[in-house]
Amino acid sequence: MLEGGLYPYWIVIFLMMTGLYVVISRDNLVKKIIGLNIFQVSVIMFYLAMGKVHGGTAPIEAAGITVYSNPLPHVLMLTAIVVGVATSALALSLVVRINEAYGTIEEDELRELEREEDE
Amino acid sequence: MILEHLARMSDDLPALQIVAPLLAATICLIVRRARAAWAVAMVVAWGSFVNAGVLLHRVLANGTISYAEGGWRPPWGIELRIDLLNALVLLVVTGICAIVLTASPRSLDQEVRRENHHKFYALYLLCMTGLAGMTITGDAFNIFVFLEISSLSSYALIAQGTTRRALTSSIQYLVMGTIGGTFILLGIGMIYMVTGTLNIADMAVQLATVGPNRTVLVALACIGVGTGIKLAIFPLHIWLPNAYTYAPAIVTAFLAATATKVAYYVLVRFVYSIFGAPLAFGELRLDVVLMPLAIAAMFAGSFVAIFQDDIKRMLAYSSVAQIGYMVLGLSLASVSGLTGGLVHLFNHAIMKCGLFLVMAAVLLRAGSTRLEAFAGLGRRMPLTMAAFVVGGLSLIGVPLTVGFVSKWYLVMGALEAGLWPVAVLILLSSLLALIYVWRVVEVAYFRQAPDATPEIREAPASLLVPTWVLVGATVFFGVFTSLSVGLASAAARMLLRIDL
Repeated sequence: MLEGGLYPYWIVIFLMMTGLYVVISRDNLVKKIIGLNIFQVSVIMFYLAMGKVHGGTAPIEAAGITVYSNPLPHVLMLTAIVVGVATSALALSLVVRINEAYGTIEEDELRELEREEDE
Repeated sequence: MILEHLARMSDDLPALQIVAPLLAATICLIVRRARAAWAVAMVVAWGSFVNAGVLLHRVLANGTISYAEGGWRPPWGIELRIDLLNALVLLVVTGICAIVLTASPRSLDQEVRRENHHKFYALYLLCMTGLAGMTITGDAFNIFVFLEISSLSSYALIAQGTTRRALTSSIQYLVMGTIGGTFILLGIGMIYMVTGTLNIADMAVQLATVGPNRTVLVALACIGVGTGIKLAIFPLHIWLPNAYTYAPAIVTAFLAATATKVAYYVLVRFVYSIFGAPLAFGELRLDVVLMPLAIAAMFAGSFVAIFQDDIKRMLAYSSVAQIGYMVLGLSLASVSGLTGGLVHLFNHAIMKCGLFLVMAAVLLRAGSTRLEAFAGLGRRMPLTMAAFVVGGLSLIGVPLTVGFVSKWYLVMGALEAGLWPVAVLILLSSLLALIYVWRVVEVAYFRQAPDATPEIREAPASLLVPTWVLVGATVFFGVFTSLSVGLASAAARMLLRIDL
């Protein structure tokens, strides 16, 4: 069980909703990507929280210690962090290209430009 | 001695499905020459296809293959696990990869600058790595990792399109795809919380003992939303029409036939193998959510397709509808229904890939895939348009094509479940497909091309042959159904845990 009960999970949910809200509500593509990052970080925190064992120490074998935290979720999250970095890098490079092609990174202006293109 | 060595090497065939394209992608980047990179990719793609055939043969002969990566035994190590279900999906994915790659050089010359071709092939192989990895892995977290490998490379592939709209389509897909991937990660985390394992087979055993509780319910919801976005279940399909329309023609043919199919496989795997039909449909009532969405997709997708002026976009909306049929098969949770869904995975992959290759040919010769550009093409590109007609008939579900086979099983599944209105809706939605296919046929065969247009020649053989291989397959598997339906129904029985 966790120290502080479900407290870490409340933080996870708060971050997750913040991230999703930013992705949905912002028109600026860079802000959207930041929202996406917050959303991804919340899931990383979720995994870290579940790996914690009450009273457990770092999972290194030592005399007299029998309770360890679970290291596996941490290892998984190393991969998830790499994925997150790769996604941000790709997204930001796309934003640079979009800025070159359209001259703006505001989604409402992009939509307006594309509507004009269609007509 | 040598034989023994070869025999040991052939045990490593599952790992080669992932390692070979991954290494070949870096080789493509090193060789830098367009033709050389294409040759490397071709060798690997066709090799993977043969490999998938060998693996399927072994699964049929000896049962499920389990391969311990790095020698770490499951459930602790990462397992590659190939059973009837993913052997079939793997064959589809690698086969489509190989055929589309064969068709790609001429079409790419038109749409991607030649000095970027080697990078294109590297991305293509990375995407293939991810898709093959998602298909054969026996580890839930591994599915997420391979999903992101394939997704990241597909965002980059879509952004290669000629117009600037490709960039905005790509970032739209990126934002939605990342949310989907993260939801899948969250769902896997919750199952891990409850079961303490990441191995799919082990998860199934543990979940059956845990039974339904709120964490399991939320995990199923997260996985459903996540795969739903990647699969483009209505109403989570918003990214799909733009991505398919503005991506290079070759990329569209490739992604339309593989990416959504693998996402469907992942959903089937989670619902039937991990949660199990009794838990997912009995306790958690997944069918109540999925069936209305599937039916809405069948109608909304086809209906919107009727009003599209760009035929590539029309086919993209038609994909949304066809995904509806697949999801309907899943939600019926019976042998016939699931057989229909799985066989439609196979059938839709070959017919839609063939149709999008027709689009590549039309784009190459006529310079556009808008409806006006099809005027008179029936006479000028007879073989290409004949391929479109056969593929279109298959989309409608005319007998002797694969589309009929899948709809037959779906209707049977609906009738077995006592849902005759659903069976009627399947037939009605097929009529909508008739309308949108007919629009193109009418313009291509019965409208004269304007006099001012330059002479249009038949598509080059390098595009025509792969297209006709796929179109031929839609007829072949529509008549000889034993391979596709036999495998799909055996896989459905295995998933529903009914003995053969």
